[in-house]
Amino acid sequence: MNMELSRRGFLKAAGAGVAATSLGALGFGEAEAAVSALVRPLKLANTTETRNTCTYCSVACGIILYSRGDVRKGERAEITHIEGDADHPTNLGTLCPKGAALKDFVHSPTRLKHPMVRRPGSDRFEQVSWDYALDRIARLMKDDRDANFLATNEAGLPVNRWTTTGMLAASATTNETAWATFKVAKTLGIVGFDNQARV
Amino acid sequence: MTNSWTDIRNTDLVVVMGGNAAEAHPCGFKWVTEAKAHRGAKLIVVDPRFTRTASVADFYAPIRQGSDIAFLLGLIRYCIENDKVQWEYTKAFTNASFIVKEGFGYADGLFSGYDEEKRDYDRTSWDYEIGEDGYARVDPTLQHPRCVWNLLRQHVSVYTPEMVERICGTPKAKFLKIAEMVAECSSPTRTMTSMYALGWTQHSHGAQNIRGMAMLQLILGNIGVRGGGMNALRGHSNIQGLTDLGLMSHLLTGYLNMPTEKEPDLATYMASRQFKPLRPGQTSYWQNYSKFFVSFMKAMWGDAARAENGWAYDYLPKLDVPSYDVLRMFELMNHGKVNGYLCQGFNPVLAFPNRGKVVAGLSKLKFLVTMDPLETETARFWENHGAFNDVNTASIQTEVFQLPTRCFAEDQGSLTNSGRWLQWFWPGGTAPGEARPDTWIMAQIFLRMRELYRKEGGAFPDPILNLSWEYHDPNEPEPEELAKEINGRALTDLTDPNDPSKVIVAAGKQVLNFTQLRDDGSTMCGCWIYSGCFNEAGNNMARRDNSDPDQTGTHPNWTWAWPLNRRTLYNRASADLNGKPWDPSRKIIEWDGTRWTGYDVPDIGVTAKPGEVMPFIMNQEGVSRLFTRGMMRDGPFPAHMEPFESPIANVMNPRMRGNPVARLFESDLAQFGTSEEFPFAATSYRLTEHFHYWTKHNRVNAALQPEFFVEISEELAALRQITPGGWVRVWSKRGSVKAKAVVTKRIRPLICDGKTVHVVGIPLHWGFTGSAKKGFGPNSLTPFVGDANIETPEYKAFLVNIEPSSAPGVTS
Repeated sequence: MNMELSRRGFLKAAGAGVAATSLGALGFGEAEAAVSALVRPLKLANTTETRNTCTYCSVACGIILYSRGDVRKGERAEITHIEGDADHPTNLGTLCPKGAALKDFVHSPTRLKHPMVRRPGSDRFEQVSWDYALDRIARLMKDDRDANFLATNEAGLPVNRWTTTGMLAASATTNETAWATFKVAKTLGIVGFDNQARV
Repeated sequence: MTNSWTDIRNTDLVVVMGGNAAEAHPCGFKWVTEAKAHRGAKLIVVDPRFTRTASVADFYAPIRQGSDIAFLLGLIRYCIENDKVQWEYTKAFTNASFIVKEGFGYADGLFSGYDEEKRDYDRTSWDYEIGEDGYARVDPTLQHPRCVWNLLRQHVSVYTPEMVERICGTPKAKFLKIAEMVAECSSPTRTMTSMYALGWTQHSHGAQNIRGMAMLQLILGNIGVRGGGMNALRGHSNIQGLTDLGLMSHLLTGYLNMPTEKEPDLATYMASRQFKPLRPGQTSYWQNYSKFFVSFMKAMWGDAARAENGWAYDYLPKLDVPSYDVLRMFELMNHGKVNGYLCQGFNPVLAFPNRGKVVAGLSKLKFLVTMDPLETETARFWENHGAFNDVNTASIQTEVFQLPTRCFAEDQGSLTNSGRWLQWFWPGGTAPGEARPDTWIMAQIFLRMRELYRKEGGAFPDPILNLSWEYHDPNEPEPEELAKEINGRALTDLTDPNDPSKVIVAAGKQVLNFTQLRDDGSTMCGCWIYSGCFNEAGNNMARRDNSDPDQTGTHPNWTWAWPLNRRTLYNRASADLNGKPWDPSRKIIEWDGTRWTGYDVPDIGVTAKPGEVMPFIMNQEGVSRLFTRGMMRDGPFPAHMEPFESPIANVMNPRMRGNPVARLFESDLAQFGTSEEFPFAATSYRLTEHFHYWTKHNRVNAALQPEFFVEISEELAALRQITPGGWVRVWSKRGSVKAKAVVTKRIRPLICDGKTVHVVGIPLHWGFTGSAKKGFGPNSLTPFVGDANIETPEYKAFLVNIEPSSAPGVTS
């Protein structure tokens, strides 16, 4: 796995204005070191860099997430900047008007934060716990499956089909999420199962 | 895509038809710009609108939406009539020489075997003559009157430049200019690429649009070569992945099929999937179907899948209809036959046609579960937003759960891009509030249901109780664990068939790739085409070596591509019958006398001799198909079909409406409009500043394109006295929207069959949640009918009317 961003790591070290001796060791002459010492460190210098992929279209441009904190070390991390990955062979660091504004997706005021339920006939969502929501969903699904599951057809042949509950899967999730979703949906016998490729 | 984004740099001619890559795929379109700048490549755009792609094209021609088949068959006719065919390729690598059965025919817009009552074809005559040796009969001289080539020549003969102009509204001179440019690519050293998207798929004859171009590319010798191919520019970041993994009603993983009621046991299911070669010595790789299928069943149900129970074949649901696709599900919902619906990252209120019907369907559900990082119109379909969602909240009895998920920046795993690269990515941020990963949510629903079945019993609990769920933390499977399952592993020691004492893969080890899978229960593999993505060498999807020897655009060590890290599909066809590249400057692989070598993983057995084993190894024929036998419901060749709502009648058969075999539900039939009532031809599309209904939640994008608008020509504005920037009402037989009018020179009226056709353009990014102004989507207007083969809704061609109006919610 090559996650190390050697060229970027180098630039970061340079931008952070490390001691002139180590700059010398990296091939900088004294003049450059002197200039470097006066330059304010890049704001990105102390951020964690993470390779990710743009969430929109299927060009799949490489992006770099810059965050305060490192989730892989178990820290809370806030994304402060997102830009194109210059080492990515497809986009070569460029992004379109959607990709360039990805940070606004992450921090959108309409990001969802809590499980909610809207009761029949109600005009509002109410916040509920995950346990409440998931237990209730499992109960509703099981009751519907038990009531309407078609084990055999008229000819008595096994068909094991559940048509009264359907599912749409998200084609912006990962392959790994998709595989887990596939396993659950098909094992339950859900046949009304599609993703955006249908549209 | 048969090729990759970076391969487009190698082309000589780009045809963008059925798409708008500069607008919708800007950073992939850069490779068109590169090819233009560095190779002198030309760009042709054919579209009803002068799009952003057209603005940088070398040549643009207008076309009426929904008439692409006539245009494409016109190009094929031109190439045949003018001897602009890559003959050696066409004769050797396509089924041009195959002889078709007597009884096959085409007249009045219909193929032989049509049953108007059933709206279906009896397809038995759409097949090859099979000889006594069991192989298809061929005539390599192409003299036989019923060989595919002569049938094709006859089939396309009607699509003259005059006919193309009459149907498509494309001026004859413009069509001929494009035909000349395209025909030049019949040279073995000139290559054309086709870049298309939903402009071709979202029609009731969408699959046949794509067939038309694929056939053209084959007779030009442009499939399998650098800078060529059929390149579907896919939409969502992992729409390719979810299709590959079979998250569709009619699919299992890796393009294995869901069984039907007519296949009640494994033996019957496998009987029609033997894939015996139709010509001597051909690969017909699907002959390995049972290995992939059994390994998949082992991945699903582990030890419960045994030879004695047909590898748990009964656990799989059996379909009684071709698919429970989204249109069928919403039809059933409207009949009160669906009680529950789960929407994971999906917004049907804006995504599915005839929004009135969609909302009526959701209103009849007992429960709806949404899982999203952002608000959606679907999660709030019950909320009254005045003119923008005028529902009676109190009367809607649906219990709705809105579950918050992580977004890309907080998630980890792989996404499959349009060019089939599986690229692993890592999380950089912490999700807000209580947002959780989709894997956790799916695991929780499953584990809680399994627990209920353990405690209470219930309807056929076996598949649920036996589903393989062996994860380090069953509550939240890790992406790496899931990826390893997808790749597959040996369940017992796999020995060399030629030397049983030699263990190739030890029990518990990851298989190298799908060539090691077996149908005796000794291997498991979630998705055979992805096998190789995470083997004992590690997570190949995480590789980030961007080197590209000789700058071919291959980048073989950047992440991993399916199948087998192959970057260009059918790349064996880049070389001639002796194994020499058609164009030495564009070599992908070549035969060195004993094996295939080159820049990419050969798409053929590495020691398969050229001249003997043909390049299209997935086909029983070994060659590609200009004639698709009975494999498509609406014809073995494409034929001109109008959209269901068309401004003109079908000139081949005025009685024929839309696709003659597309599925129609009765209630929708009454909701088709006619050109008398709805005189204008509408189409829908995206803008570069937005992605579907997501980016209206982002302040930057909402500011860039804040408000719903429709685009019309100056001529239509004058006809209907519409002021630029003024409000208009646009309505169809199914609904009505209000929008600002953008009056533009980029849309011009067309003359089709002697009639002036005005085009109305309707972008699709607005709703009633998010930071942008409230607005509507084209789905308030579009018809509830899909493609005859795959049920993709007809979003790109429908009829509307338009008039000046007041703002939404304001009565004039």
